[in-house]
Amino acid sequence: MFTAIFGSVEQGIIYAIMALGVYLTFRVLDFPDLTVDGSFVTGAATAATLIVLGYHPALATAAATVAGFLAGCMTGILHTKAKINPLLSGILMMIALYSINLRIMGATTETAIGRPNVPLSNVDSLFTIFFGWWGNLGIDTAINNVLISIGIENVPKTWGTFFIMIIVTFAIKIIFDRFLKTEVGLAIRATGDNDKMIRSFSANTDTLIILGLGISNALVALSGALIAQYTKFADVSMGIGMIVIGLASVIIGEAILGTKTIVRTTLAVIVGAIIYRIVIAIALRVEFLDTGDMKLITALIVVVALILPKFFEKRKERARKAKRRAERTLTSEQEAKQLA
Amino acid sequence: MLKLEGINRIFNETTPDEKIALDNINLDLKTGDFVTVIGSNGAGKSTMMNMISGALSPDFGTVEIDRKNVTKYPEYKRSHLIGRVFQDPMAGTAPTMTVEENLAIAYSRNKRRGLRIGVDKKRREFFRESLESLHLNLENRLTAKVGLLSGGERQALSLLMATFTKPSILLLDEHTAALDPSRAELITNLTKQLVEKDNLTTLMVTHNMQQALDLGNRLIMMDKGQIILEVDPEAKKDLTIADLMDAFQRIRGEKLVSDRTLLSV
Ligand SMILES: Nc1ncnc2c1ncn2[C@@H]1O[C@H](COP(=O)(O)OP(=O)(O)OP(=O)(O)O)[C@@H](O)[C@H]1O
Ligand SMILES: [Mg+2]
Repeated sequence: MFTAIFGSVEQGIIYAIMALGVYLTFRVLDFPDLTVDGSFVTGAATAATLIVLGYHPALATAAATVAGFLAGCMTGILHTKAKINPLLSGILMMIALYSINLRIMGATTETAIGRPNVPLSNVDSLFTIFFGWWGNLGIDTAINNVLISIGIENVPKTWGTFFIMIIVTFAIKIIFDRFLKTEVGLAIRATGDNDKMIRSFSANTDTLIILGLGISNALVALSGALIAQYTKFADVSMGIGMIVIGLASVIIGEAILGTKTIVRTTLAVIVGAIIYRIVIAIALRVEFLDTGDMKLITALIVVVALILPKFFEKRKERARKAKRRAERTLTSEQEAKQLA
Repeated sequence: MLKLEGINRIFNETTPDEKIALDNINLDLKTGDFVTVIGSNGAGKSTMMNMISGALSPDFGTVEIDRKNVTKYPEYKRSHLIGRVFQDPMAGTAPTMTVEENLAIAYSRNKRRGLRIGVDKKRREFFRESLESLHLNLENRLTAKVGLLSGGERQALSLLMATFTKPSILLLDEHTAALDPSRAELITNLTKQLVEKDNLTTLMVTHNMQQALDLGNRLIMMDKGQIILEVDPEAKKDLTIADLMDAFQRIRGEKLVSDRTLLSV
């Protein structure tokens, strides 16, 4: 149980980067961008392919991020220049990326035609390179000894992924928060908030939308590149439903931590991504559920996360009103007594 | 400073809804002119403002700002030079962003936006000082979300945002119309104060004839897409509401419709 949860926390922290991207489009830009299902795979496929072709994993990951950025920009161009509605722009790009992703992975074959997956089992990845250094520090044994001494038997093989991903994801979060406070960041936020207003303050909303979508999908692709290296394979169908997972993370996080400030909301999104993974891990341990049921569970989680906050709000309000009514009756009874 | 030449605009041409919104508009503003614009509903006042700001483009005719033909410039390019306040208090600010963030957006109007932090210490101090001039205690609510401000407070903020980069042209389209009388008066006074401070070239649409007479050095009256009366600075000094009514009747040969607005004093 502990290892299963631990694994999902690790994954959650990696997926959190994707969720930050989804937050940027859905919440900040108010643009429901469905490119994500495609660009996540683009990131994974680009990184995996370049690594297999012998490039350094760091370079491969950077290239994956750039590929995601370009995909996002294309969606933005479809919307702003060709005036195609946001949902449709994203769907078109997503479907186009499916073929492109096959072609990217095809670059690992002799004939260079499409290929549906690329395994990474016998090559270096960012993680294996990092473990080479981390393993010598002795932190793993230290932590695991403590865990064993308090009676946890099934300890994780390494804590390296956990720590490095915490650092990477939070570094991205801090940069992301700061970016949204820069002049360009403020303009992007205003574009989502009131585009008529920001145009009257000499901002080109088209450029800002394209840039925002680019950054969002760059984060999504980066997350895909890391997941591919974490799970040691890239697959053309690994992005199916990714947008809903991203949304689930955003919504769960917001429901728990609220949206008071940006710094807090981005933290909420990361926490949401981790909780989502844990919920899925627990659900999969239920006897009659199977990996194939995961998408259904995801959809249910989103529905619940959307309904629950409203439900609690209503209940709180009802309680408040009931209390006021009780006070009112009490005072009028007292007044009646005084009169009598 | 601002020159409109032969501006024409028809909406929904060749359909049954065809509407001549602007019919050969010519207007010439010198630096520092403050022109009030009156006219009944549908006269084309807002359409004219939108032609100047670039939110709409004319079918033909030219717009010149600072001797430069800007007819083909999109709105975001012209707004380097143009400050606007809209009738709807919601329209001029970003509601989920804070007061200081909104001011930072306005502050970057005539600069290139980069990766500088929008609200740093120095700017915050400047924003605070600027807000003090409004006397609405907004200087102590810098980090409040603008969506939480009242309509009057928002309109005051919009006015400050529109003016504090000293735009070449200030466009005010019934910016007090959505406010209660005391708030409207407050915003009117602020307008006067801010425009005078920087001697801004201003066009202000209003349905309040008294306001149109009290403010500004020139006045124009519009009807059915045309400018039917222009009052120069000399004549405007002793102009009265009765004069305006007479003028309308003389030009149009019909009595000025006593709609809600044109008669409000
Ligand atoms: N985008 C548009 N499409 C079609 N018709 C329009 C459009 N904008 C304005 N019109 C029409 O053009 C005419 C002029 O409108 P405009 O908004 O400029 O009037 P106005 O003088 O500002 O009136 P008000 O005092 O009511 O604000 C109106 O008849 C209006 O219905
Ligand atoms: Mg109008």
